[in-house]
Amino acid sequence: MSDTRASGFLPQSGIETTVLGADEIILNMGPQHPSTHGVLRVKLKLDGEKVVESECIIGYLHRGVEKIAEHRSYQQFAPYVDRMDYVAAVSNGLGYCEAVEKLMGVEAPPRARVIRTILTELQRIASHLLWLGTHALDIGALTPVFYCFREREEILKIFEKYCGARLTTHAFRIGGLQYEAYDGMEQDVRRFCDDFATKIEEYEQLLTENRIWVGRTRGVGILTAEDAIAIGATGPVIRASGVKWDIRKAMPYAAYDQYQFEIPTGKNGDTYDRYLVRMEEMRQSRRICLQAIENIPAGPIMARIGKVLKPPPGEVYHAIEAPKGELGYYIVSDGTTQPYRVRIRPPSFINLQAFDRMVRGHLVADVVAIIGTLDIVLGEVDR
Amino acid sequence: MNALVEFFRPHLLPLLYAVVIVAVLPLIAGYIVLLERKIMADMQARLGPMRVGPHGLLQPIADAVKLLIKEDIIPENADRWIFWLAPLLSVTAGMLALAAFPFGPAFQIADLNIGLLFILGISSMGIFGIVLGGWASNSHYSLLGALRSAAQLVSYETAAGMAVVGGLLLAGTLSTRRIVEMQAEQGTWFIFLAPIAFFTYLVASIAETNRAPFDLPEAESELVAGYMTEYSGFRWALYFLAEYTNMVVVASVATTLFLGGWLRPFPGTTWLNFLDYVPPLLMLLLAGYCFYRTPRQPVKVQQGFLAAVGLLCLLLAVILALPLLPLAVGGIEAQSLRPAIHGGFWFLFKVFAYMYVFMWLRFTFPRYRFDQLMKLGWHFLIPVSIVNVMGIGVALVLDREAGWPLWQALVLTTLLTLAVAAYLAVVGERKDSAAVGGAERSA
Amino acid sequence: MANDPEEKQPPVPPAGETPAAKPPSATPPAQGTGDAPARPAAPAAASPPKPPAPPAAAGPPKPPVPPKEAPPKPEPLDNDLVKRYRARFGDSIREAWTDRKQAILVVARERLVEIAQYSRDDEQFNFLTDLTAVDWPKREKRFDVVLNLYSFLKNERLRLKVHAAESEPVSSVTGVWPVANWLEREAFDMFGIVFEGHPGLKRILLPDEWQGHPLRKDYDILTQDTAWVRENLGIESGQ
Repeated sequence: MSDTRASGFLPQSGIETTVLGADEIILNMGPQHPSTHGVLRVKLKLDGEKVVESECIIGYLHRGVEKIAEHRSYQQFAPYVDRMDYVAAVSNGLGYCEAVEKLMGVEAPPRARVIRTILTELQRIASHLLWLGTHALDIGALTPVFYCFREREEILKIFEKYCGARLTTHAFRIGGLQYEAYDGMEQDVRRFCDDFATKIEEYEQLLTENRIWVGRTRGVGILTAEDAIAIGATGPVIRASGVKWDIRKAMPYAAYDQYQFEIPTGKNGDTYDRYLVRMEEMRQSRRICLQAIENIPAGPIMARIGKVLKPPPGEVYHAIEAPKGELGYYIVSDGTTQPYRVRIRPPSFINLQAFDRMVRGHLVADVVAIIGTLDIVLGEVDR
Repeated sequence: MNALVEFFRPHLLPLLYAVVIVAVLPLIAGYIVLLERKIMADMQARLGPMRVGPHGLLQPIADAVKLLIKEDIIPENADRWIFWLAPLLSVTAGMLALAAFPFGPAFQIADLNIGLLFILGISSMGIFGIVLGGWASNSHYSLLGALRSAAQLVSYETAAGMAVVGGLLLAGTLSTRRIVEMQAEQGTWFIFLAPIAFFTYLVASIAETNRAPFDLPEAESELVAGYMTEYSGFRWALYFLAEYTNMVVVASVATTLFLGGWLRPFPGTTWLNFLDYVPPLLMLLLAGYCFYRTPRQPVKVQQGFLAAVGLLCLLLAVILALPLLPLAVGGIEAQSLRPAIHGGFWFLFKVFAYMYVFMWLRFTFPRYRFDQLMKLGWHFLIPVSIVNVMGIGVALVLDREAGWPLWQALVLTTLLTLAVAAYLAVVGERKDSAAVGGAERSA
Repeated sequence: MANDPEEKQPPVPPAGETPAAKPPSATPPAQGTGDAPARPAAPAAASPPKPPAPPAAAGPPKPPVPPKEAPPKPEPLDNDLVKRYRARFGDSIREAWTDRKQAILVVARERLVEIAQYSRDDEQFNFLTDLTAVDWPKREKRFDVVLNLYSFLKNERLRLKVHAAESEPVSSVTGVWPVANWLEREAFDMFGIVFEGHPGLKRILLPDEWQGHPLRKDYDILTQDTAWVRENLGIESGQ
């Protein structure tokens, strides 16, 4: 990447290296760095220890997924989608399958929808657990990461028993599910949910009231509600800024309209609030899982759509509430078996835009905390 | 010839002690590292080093060998002599400070009458090692990390010194041996008489040794690894050794000054004499546990090793039990050896307990940001420790001039100091949130 | 791949029937504003009475061949929302239709910023969900710049489209929705659409010196790869 040449910089969209103040230095973080959660390069203009300006340089993990989609059939493209937000593959799959189902004008049967909901909520918990562990590790708490991964292990075991894969699951199919819920899935999910209530209390005990944790996260990376809406932030980021909006409630999909759950919001839009919002979201996901597992309707798990999918020409935009934010799929079909255009609206990419706003005026030690609190996955940012 | 021997005779025993300490300390430090890794693993729901020796007991040996055979890399434009000297300075300062500690009534290298002052002064010299190391690395980031580390150390040195003064006022002497003897005379450890001084010293000593939550200069997720960045292989091992030696020094200071040195808990109280039986019992329990786990080891070699460790614990239990028996061997009463042997045990036990608290805190708390760290030192710890010193002074005056019993006076002044500390904490927090709120609105 | 329907088919209305009755993604807002806002649901007039119909309409379970539901297709749209836009901008609103129950407006390229501002301020579409482009090489104006808007207040989505030819710049909407900054950079990177007024239009995902715009339909990576190999390695690529 050769964008360090001064000629490549345009004002206001990159850090000017030709004109620096007397005390300013440019610090480059990444792309290999233990705390940028992937291949992210951050250029910081520092005045002493304070960040004056920042620029995120992405694209190190760009794999051309949208171009690939134009040369695959709809079913063939489904596994690619898992590899974007590889931390929460099940959600990506849900969004894609539902978008194509909308394009086709079919709907998955109720049983499939409920099982999809259960797996997606488990995936949300797993994604938030990984976020919590790594975020705490960046801030210096060495222990929560092990506890979080212990819990995440249980969820991944459930996924493995269900579809054979832990991380890039390809759990859903267009039109429903391929696999039935395995024998004992209900017990496993129930056992996990029962265990999880006490585990969440453990994490809260370690961190929530801890002076040092609060000192490192309160007031750090504040994003006001207006800024959040303007910059397009979604997910826990916008909810912590006070906007009570969750696609699961606003435009329910899968089986979410059948269950009761709360949408946690924050007040100040700082890192501490985002932490609290995600902790509460884990609790609410557990609540949804318990409600869903009570009553999985009997019935088919696959809609009748045949093997070759040829959606009628047209387009659709379908969004779901992924753990990172609003994950949207804009699919244009020209009537053939291959999509004409697949556009993925990546929540991490758009949330990362807020980084510059959030980091100005903070110290270098906070940069890592702010990157962590945005919960980005570079696979999704770059696709 | 005879005159030469006569000249050296009084120095023979201290020399022997010194050799023992210098020879044994790296091994002990290595095992402290292993202990820390095992404790870390235990708190993180995992096992820690398990492969090298049973339960990883040979891990430090493997690490030492590995570090010794590593390539010795010196940065190109680094100042070679200072690069070589810096880790040595740190290690030497740490080891020298150990000279003045009484590990038991019989085991002390140098009974200086300014013991504590010597220790504080020498351990401050360790800061030289850090700054020179950062400078000699010829790296912008190393230097910044080193300066930051030095700033942190110097700030907390003040707070630690003030806390130590608090304890010294009660002891009335700088000689480490006398301090412990004063605690024996008082009948209680000074921690009960000057608790605020102890806790201030606890916090300050964590910052002194660059341990979490004050380890920002050496954090892995920070932008630089601090002054140690350019050091590799055995030079890095020396810095690491210096860090753990400093931990031992700081723990020893706390033990000597506040925890009664080689005295058992409540040394004066006769009805608690059964506590004298604790050391051998503890060792017996440990031996028993080793033997219990021996058959459950997967491999014969590991079984043998654990059995050997069990035998070692048994031997130590026997050695500790001997002074409790009414024996006389070769004209020496066994009981008279009790202070020396049990004293050594109690001292080491307290030092390890103090270090266990260090490790516990490291794995529980996130780390402070550098500005928060400095604020804590200057705005909270130093004022509290100064007020504490004044409080203890007032209490002593009340005791000597006004005839108040010492413990009453101390309780009063401790409460007053706590009130001041609470006030500082609350005000500090309010200023913090106001500052943060203000900074964000303007940004 | 599909589960055998004959085995476990209780009398459940067949999958094809439900979208018309209870579209999952176009449910009225959970806030319970009550009034059905200007939703781009073509069967808008027909939807209230529909919900109770399907179970009765299915009648006795017919395992073999469920009634075929009409495949979804775009339908022209002329509801209140469109009327307001037309009233304000007249001919600049070139087309309006609804596809899969989502409203789409094609607007004139020249008045994009005005329309964007009107959408944000007057129509309350204060959230730009996504900005992207689609390439239709056979058309004269080959690019479709697509803006997906969302209104928090009305809980409604709207899609705006702008047709642009290869050399025509499109005005940037970063002044209206700052989120468009990176989104437009990506559209520029992938398609080569120049956004006028963008504070810093440069490539975002690909390296700065990359030639070509990958998501165009005439972009062939093999050609570029062989050209690169020929130029830099001096050999013929074996691909």
